[in-house]
Amino acid sequence: MRVNFTVNGRPQEADDVWEGESLLYVLRERMGLPGSKNACEQGECGSCTVRLDGVPVCSCLVAAGQVEGREVVTVEGLADYAKQRAEGGCATGACGTSLQDAQPGVPSGEAWGRAAKGQDSQTGEGTELSAIQQAFIDAGAVQCGFCTPGLLVAADEMLERNPSPSDADIREALSGNLCRCTGYEKIMDAVRLAAARQGEAV
Amino acid sequence: MPTNGAPTKITQGSRTKGGIGESTLRPDGTLKVTGEFAYSSDMWHEDMLWGQILRSTVAHAEIVSIDTSEALATAGVYAVMTYDDLPTDVRNYGLEIRDTPVLAHGKVRHHGEPVAIVAADHPETARRAAAKIKVDYRELPVITDEASATAPDAILVHEGRDDPHAGHVPHPNIVHRQPIFRGDAAEAAKRADFVVKGEYTFGMQDQAFLGPESGLAVPDEDGGVHLYIATQWLHSDLRQIAPVLGLPESKVRMTLSGVGGAFGGREDLSMQIHACLLALRTGKPVKIVYNRFESFFGHVHRHPAKLSYEHGATKDGKLTHVKCRIVLDGGAYASASPAVVGNASSLSIGPYAVDDVDIEAVALYTNNPPCGAMRGFGAVQACFAYEAQMDKLADAVGMDRVEFRQLNAMEQGTVMPTGQRVDSPAPVAELLRRVKAMPLPPERQWESSEGADVRQLPGGLSNTTHGEGVVRGVGYAVGIKNVGFSEGFDDYSTARVRMEVVGGEPVATVHTAMAEVGQGGVTVHAQIARTELGVAQVTIHPADTRVGSAGSTSASRQTYVTGGAVKNSCELVREKVLQIGRRKFGSYHPAWADAELLLEGGKVVTDGGEVLADLVDVLEDETVEIEAEWRHRPTEAFDLRTGQGFGHVQYSFAAHRAVVEVDTELGLVKVIELACAQDVGKALNPQSVVGQIQGGTVQGLGVAVMEEIVVDPRTAKVRNPSFTDYLIPTILDTPTIPVDVLELADDHAPYGLRGIGEAPTLSSTPAVLAAIRSATGLELDRTPVRPEHLTGTA
Amino acid sequence: MDFLRPASWGEALAAKAEHPTAVPIAGGTDVMVEINFDHRRPEYLLDLNRIGDLEEWEVGADSVRLGASVPYTRIMENLRGELPGLALASHTVASPQIRNRGGVGGNLGTASPAGDAHPALLAAGAEVEVESARRGTRLIPIDAFFTGVKRNALAADELIRAVHIKKADGPQQFSKVGTRNAMVIAVCAFGLALHPETRTVRTGIGSAAPTPVRAKAAEEFLNAALEEGGFWDNGKIITPSVAQRFADLCSAACNPIDDVRGTASYRRHAVGIMARRTLTWTWESYRGTAAHVEGVA
Repeated sequence: MRVNFTVNGRPQEADDVWEGESLLYVLRERMGLPGSKNACEQGECGSCTVRLDGVPVCSCLVAAGQVEGREVVTVEGLADYAKQRAEGGCATGACGTSLQDAQPGVPSGEAWGRAAKGQDSQTGEGTELSAIQQAFIDAGAVQCGFCTPGLLVAADEMLERNPSPSDADIREALSGNLCRCTGYEKIMDAVRLAAARQGEAV
Repeated sequence: MPTNGAPTKITQGSRTKGGIGESTLRPDGTLKVTGEFAYSSDMWHEDMLWGQILRSTVAHAEIVSIDTSEALATAGVYAVMTYDDLPTDVRNYGLEIRDTPVLAHGKVRHHGEPVAIVAADHPETARRAAAKIKVDYRELPVITDEASATAPDAILVHEGRDDPHAGHVPHPNIVHRQPIFRGDAAEAAKRADFVVKGEYTFGMQDQAFLGPESGLAVPDEDGGVHLYIATQWLHSDLRQIAPVLGLPESKVRMTLSGVGGAFGGREDLSMQIHACLLALRTGKPVKIVYNRFESFFGHVHRHPAKLSYEHGATKDGKLTHVKCRIVLDGGAYASASPAVVGNASSLSIGPYAVDDVDIEAVALYTNNPPCGAMRGFGAVQACFAYEAQMDKLADAVGMDRVEFRQLNAMEQGTVMPTGQRVDSPAPVAELLRRVKAMPLPPERQWESSEGADVRQLPGGLSNTTHGEGVVRGVGYAVGIKNVGFSEGFDDYSTARVRMEVVGGEPVATVHTAMAEVGQGGVTVHAQIARTELGVAQVTIHPADTRVGSAGSTSASRQTYVTGGAVKNSCELVREKVLQIGRRKFGSYHPAWADAELLLEGGKVVTDGGEVLADLVDVLEDETVEIEAEWRHRPTEAFDLRTGQGFGHVQYSFAAHRAVVEVDTELGLVKVIELACAQDVGKALNPQSVVGQIQGGTVQGLGVAVMEEIVVDPRTAKVRNPSFTDYLIPTILDTPTIPVDVLELADDHAPYGLRGIGEAPTLSSTPAVLAAIRSATGLELDRTPVRPEHLTGTA
Repeated sequence: MDFLRPASWGEALAAKAEHPTAVPIAGGTDVMVEINFDHRRPEYLLDLNRIGDLEEWEVGADSVRLGASVPYTRIMENLRGELPGLALASHTVASPQIRNRGGVGGNLGTASPAGDAHPALLAAGAEVEVESARRGTRLIPIDAFFTGVKRNALAADELIRAVHIKKADGPQQFSKVGTRNAMVIAVCAFGLALHPETRTVRTGIGSAAPTPVRAKAAEEFLNAALEEGGFWDNGKIITPSVAQRFADLCSAACNPIDDVRGTASYRRHAVGIMARRTLTWTWESYRGTAAHVEGVA
């Protein structure tokens, strides 16, 4: 079947979709947006969290056909989404974004090549990041990074609703996102840091 | 130009910004937060096929027949392969013992063993085709424990063993056995005023890395194949893959793709050979991605164990002797079982000084899931048991549990049960002191002016208590883990370092085959290069097999060994750069000849800080590149009868204090705080060090209260292969984890550093168990402890 | 597999009548797991996401008509006053992401004994509004809805449209035991509702029998004891022996199994503890002395 929907502000069309495919599969394998991760495919880890019409959901549990005509924001579009929100623009993901094409393809070591470029520009010079993305880097909340995209989408949405969360609020909001590397302490630090920086900016 | 054995000089290095000792940020951080970092499951290729594995539905059976005809006839299917289609006579693989069939041959030995593989144009097509393969099994009785494995008439899991351990094991269903005798435990027992005994059970833990096994194999024009893969050790994979494919290693090119965690679970091969076979058979790129269900069958787990201990002490609290027997279930294939036996036996008494010991550890072959490497392998199981014993014995003697440990703590100079004298700091008593000195979290934190916050109570959001039945407990534990590959293994790493001027700036490039699995090795390599070469810009080359082996990302060894190799190669590059400098500028300043020279801030400087030249001027258009192997000092095998030998190059120590609140009526546990003190020798990146300690601590918490792969003892089938029923801690299960980092240099190691990744996984489990015991008054001889164990309803 | 996308309730009923094997999918939190893990390959998937009124609710005089697809998050946020037990239960469902998608209709459709909403519905009192194209609407009392392990009273051509849940006329509580502090399937669960208007107590037990069940003997015992002691009027503290007897009878109402999530013996034990505690909490609340509990619902 064919599915039309909006991803990170850009209209997309997927053809020859098998009816049992999940939104996660369509994003990863058909849209070239593998940022949403396939860790459990049963809604028990949150690695595939995206916003569907603004609401955080596990994209592995959304049937591809269910997103017809709807709006999806993935980690790849998070920085633009946050920027537009800050500018008082559209916060539902309906606005256009300037997402660069992130078609994965065989990396031929590309990934590390890119990773290694300008080693000292550790804070990601040249890439505009949302507050929560920057805070994850600065606080050391990223190790293997597989849980990171889902956590970022969930944490960003929580800070949108609750700009000064208590520790218990953060834990509750992120209780649907498993991380196996960090023990969560530096993730807590990162969310606190992002909240504090946003507080300062206001 | 390998350096071998000599104690490493601890240098301060240069003071270049971003060098060692600073918390520089991950070079891959931006890619990982934007979703652009390419993990193995993200690989994509034009015209790519999807591979699918058909796995056995029974644990132990003869394969009577396999019929693939219907699967092959399915539209969209490009290949179906079984054992009969393997291209060469090499049809097994294995880390040390090649006992694992690439595809089952005549027999399956565990639930979920690969039987056939399929390549098709869509994953659903591949799944449907695999389901059409008809396998006729004739089931055999299952071997599931020591009694059934070593019974006189037991079926042999592996017939005709010819591996290096076959000759010394008491039964062919025992993979490896290591006894350790030192002093005379029976005689020393007579001096004991108090003797405590215990039988302990350690459940099967899963690494549960979040990125499932996956990779992409692309056929090359020369008949070879290029594999993009998430692994812990590229060259070990290569050594196992190439002979099965019938290709020289030079025609199997391997590039590390993004790795979504490992923790030991990627030390063995999973889908590597299968993807390559299908790619070579079809001539098309083949991608395989396990789902979570398959992942539980696709990698080895932590060995479950039965541990029997006897400890004795005099009435003034000195340990007299330890006797123990550790039985590890290795499951159907050997994997890392021999090394796990070595660790479990040699570290079985923990970080304590005891002269008289009688130790035995064995690993079994059974029809349970294969077990192998997982963070802290062998040492984790032992620590759970000996720390429970230490609490029991302290209580028997009537001493404070921490003071009792401190009284018996090993220190630098202590002789291990293996006869090895520990020749670097072993601050066991100090770590305990530090962890005990941390302030305790306030009582009843869940109480607020508005009532009880269930999120901070046992049961959490499930609203099971508002304070009823909740009792606090505090527990302590300390552990010892070896660092690096032990027992005489040639444990080396290779680093290629290049220095050149790019865009008017001196730039260093570091190329190793080290698997970055999240631990932050890439961050540290750049720091080392900055420190040694005085450059700001460092490029980390992708890890692949075009450079020599970097060994495994396991055993807490990478910063030590590959970090050591990077340091060594940098030093060799520096020496060459200085030679060039002397050649060009030596006549201008006497310091070129007689001063200690450093590279710092892009310049050649004297140790007094005088600038001699810019690196840009020294190098001009010359490129200096060195590839060199580096080894830590050699270890030796343990004697097979006595267990004596200099088996471990370095030890790592951590201590934990756990504070828990237990709903004693419902048996639910909330860990409130899990404080850790660890000696790291030298923190190359303090933020990463703390991150490792916290992460390791929580994996220990998980196996204390929830994590266990449950295997049906009647069928040897796995009952909970999913994240619905194999539970790992969420952020609501995880406490605050204050960390006190101690830095006592080990003179034998680069920069004095100590491998750190595993030690915190050891002591957190027994600390949590001790805290639960103190809250409930129950003995609790198994882990994980579940609600039914705390409520008498098991 | 075919993907059916009805744009209205009428179209959905017609599609279900034409394809009785069609599997309805709303939040997807059960169906997609089965598809992803290759446990199920339905001939037709019937998407209910496009039917907006399934996500709406109406608060009536005596009951709330809750659309089948109202996400748990909305129940927690909007219906704490009217449906406190269900709001508490909703808060224990899986994770925030799942609570944003899943709803009571799907829980009832799957009819798992471990479904989190069921004990709360049993305790509150509810009727399930189901409809078929041919026979129209019928209301199935919640007590008659669960017919076996993952089986319910729906006919093949019927769809769940809404649930009519009695508005709380007294305090309600819900507790669930899992071996993790979040994102966990119930080892067992317990719902309790005081109904001062009828001077009755209702219960619901989850995951401790082949279906969700009420502890009817326990309810009858407690109803009688409360009546006899004049508790509804005098507001006295329920005597510990009465509370314990009630708890024991709730345990006795269980018919659990040993499985990978817990033992039968533990389930019986835990249901008793939860019964006693939730009775204490609700009764304290009824007496007007209960402490506010933060972080719940």
